[in-house]
Amino acid sequence: MKLASKDLLGIKELTKDEITLVLDTASGFKDVLKRDIKKVPALRGKTAVNLFFEPSTRTKTSFELAEKRLSLDVLNLAVTTSSVVKGESLIDTALNVQALGADFMIIRHSSSGAAHLLSKKVNASVINAGDGVNEHPTQALLDAFTIKEKLGRIEGLKVAIVGDILHSRVAKSNIYLLAKFGVEVRIIGPPTLIPKELESHGVKVFHDMETGLRDVDVVMMLRIQMERQGKGFFPSTLEYFRYWGLTAERLSIADKDAIVMHPGPMNRGIEIASEIADGPRSVILEQVTNGIAVRMAVLYLLAGVRG
Amino acid sequence: MKILIKNGHIIDPSQGIDGVGDVLIEEGKIIEVRSQKSEVRSKEQKTRTSNSELRTIDASGLYVFPGLVDMHTHLREPGFEYKETIKTGTLAAVRGGITTVCAMPNTNPVNDNSSVTDLIIRKAIQEGACTVYPIGAITKGQKGEELAEMGIMHGEGCVAFSDDGMPVMNSLIMRRALEYSKTFNVPLISHCEDMNLSEGGVMNEGLLSVTLGLKGIPSEAEEVMVARDIALAGLTGGRLHIAHVSTEGSVRIIRAAKERGINVTAETCPHYFSITEAAVEGYNTNAKVNPPLRTASDVDAIKQGLKDGTIDVIATDHAPHHRDEKLREFDQSPSGISGLETALGLSLKLVEEGILTMKQLIEKMTINPAKIMGINKGTLKNGSDADVVIVNPDKDFKVEPEKFASKGKNTPFEGWVLKGAAVITICKGKIYEQ
Repeated sequence: MKLASKDLLGIKELTKDEITLVLDTASGFKDVLKRDIKKVPALRGKTAVNLFFEPSTRTKTSFELAEKRLSLDVLNLAVTTSSVVKGESLIDTALNVQALGADFMIIRHSSSGAAHLLSKKVNASVINAGDGVNEHPTQALLDAFTIKEKLGRIEGLKVAIVGDILHSRVAKSNIYLLAKFGVEVRIIGPPTLIPKELESHGVKVFHDMETGLRDVDVVMMLRIQMERQGKGFFPSTLEYFRYWGLTAERLSIADKDAIVMHPGPMNRGIEIASEIADGPRSVILEQVTNGIAVRMAVLYLLAGVRG
Repeated sequence: MKILIKNGHIIDPSQGIDGVGDVLIEEGKIIEVRSQKSEVRSKEQKTRTSNSELRTIDASGLYVFPGLVDMHTHLREPGFEYKETIKTGTLAAVRGGITTVCAMPNTNPVNDNSSVTDLIIRKAIQEGACTVYPIGAITKGQKGEELAEMGIMHGEGCVAFSDDGMPVMNSLIMRRALEYSKTFNVPLISHCEDMNLSEGGVMNEGLLSVTLGLKGIPSEAEEVMVARDIALAGLTGGRLHIAHVSTEGSVRIIRAAKERGINVTAETCPHYFSITEAAVEGYNTNAKVNPPLRTASDVDAIKQGLKDGTIDVIATDHAPHHRDEKLREFDQSPSGISGLETALGLSLKLVEEGILTMKQLIEKMTINPAKIMGINKGTLKNGSDADVVIVNPDKDFKVEPEKFASKGKNTPFEGWVLKGAAVITICKGKIYEQ
């Protein structure tokens, strides 16, 4: 089986079978990562260009390592955030990168739809590494991989996503992915940070942790951005933690074997208590490791589409 | 101690009671309300054999209502104790038959954090004659910029939130506040005034303001905000309560919103259905109030709004000020009317005029505000706090501000003779005789 498209733009565009293919492939690459020599010659002679128009540490590092493990030649084009890149110059940049001989373009951009725009203009495979508040598909794939690895399945689980859903592309991609697997998705947070329209995607909206977390198998915490505080989304980080912070007491409401996830970077004491972040049910650092395997799988499978 | 109120005409809209009967109180709680016909012997025997003291009040020819609930009161403490204190304000309430007041947050410091909430609650328990529920500020310092810690304050005892007097002008912040407040299912009470339209105004805008040479506040300053807040309530699904409705246009907008199923309730105050802007003539600062007194057609529309249910609540907007502050140029005098001790008498006129039935009136002064605030008050249901007011409907009383329990003597009703006075007010079983 192959992926249908040369690009990975979002989870919306993938079928359940395609997602399963990525996860299975990633499983093989995870074994590679456990070896002493962590590199395979699978994509030797091909070139990947990382186009990051927005600051990123972990996604960029993860992609770069995944590319290097597959023996790709890697070019990092760090675009300063100060230079506001408009549609026209984004395409120009991409065409120049293509002229250099890029086979993969990994793009992170603050505007939703930037990856889609790029994919229409270049022959290289475009991988969306996060566009605005639209999607972050590889994060959702690595989250799914982690869930499957830890709990043995995805189907039939109950997953709570907690926090700033409104500004989160991670939440969106996860919601789309989990819905395809028939997961009961609950989103929990203050009404100011939850677009109620998401209910039409089949999720259940909760404004209190005590009901929302009941019996869930996975608690996915999202980062609360400090700058939201002054914008009227919530009064203070103190009050936020009081009502929506993940504490030991609240985690006890979830299933006794529930795992805790976070895409990072974390705000300890604001959305998650340190004892939970560092506790036995936290799989936060494993998510980081799995990210490399999943991104290797995506690169490998997309190369197969282009032949 | 036990109290038996006998043979009164009991009206308790929360239970649909309207008839002659008895109310039995024990240990500060309502034990039983019974109509005259029902079999009462066993209870009475029990009463007689009991060791505790029994006080019997003969209420023949009098009305017995649940203690009135005022959801819009300025107690001024902390910070403005020279205008009013929790002690004097609650004594004024009790005089007026009011057993529960909700205190607006525009104190100094503003009630925008749980420490101030806690202070008000403690003081009220120590010194208050009746029950006090604090209302927290929507935004920090009532500045309309950042949300106050609604959750924490709600946990401490705030039952609603309002930037009364300093409306949230920024529509985005109001939207967020309405959304955020849903978490705790608390109402936001909106003082509807477009501060740009009303800037510098001291009375209703119209012929009289021009004639007097005073700067006017158009009705539209209220109405555009009523419309805005209703639109935002529709968008967010938050609970919106419109404070002190004063204009015909506002009544129309709220009526239409209710027909569309928007989550909105509304209150007016006795002065908006009792007098018009004409009271300002002679530069009477005791008739300076915000929103300002309007015209006869507004008064008619308010009465109609009360009658058809558009306006759910009669609140006092009790706003006491020091005598010296009102003895100033009209422009410089603060706005506000001391209303706790005249609210019932003025409102009873609505029954006399045939606008409301007694039951409808009492509903708007007891269970309706209690429901909006989510408090277990305004009812004579078994087990609830023994808050009762006994009213003599035929007793005339003259409004004499010097005799007010309130420190605020600022009333435009001085010298009026009102019919219907609270003769006994009972707060959690404590009897205050007038």
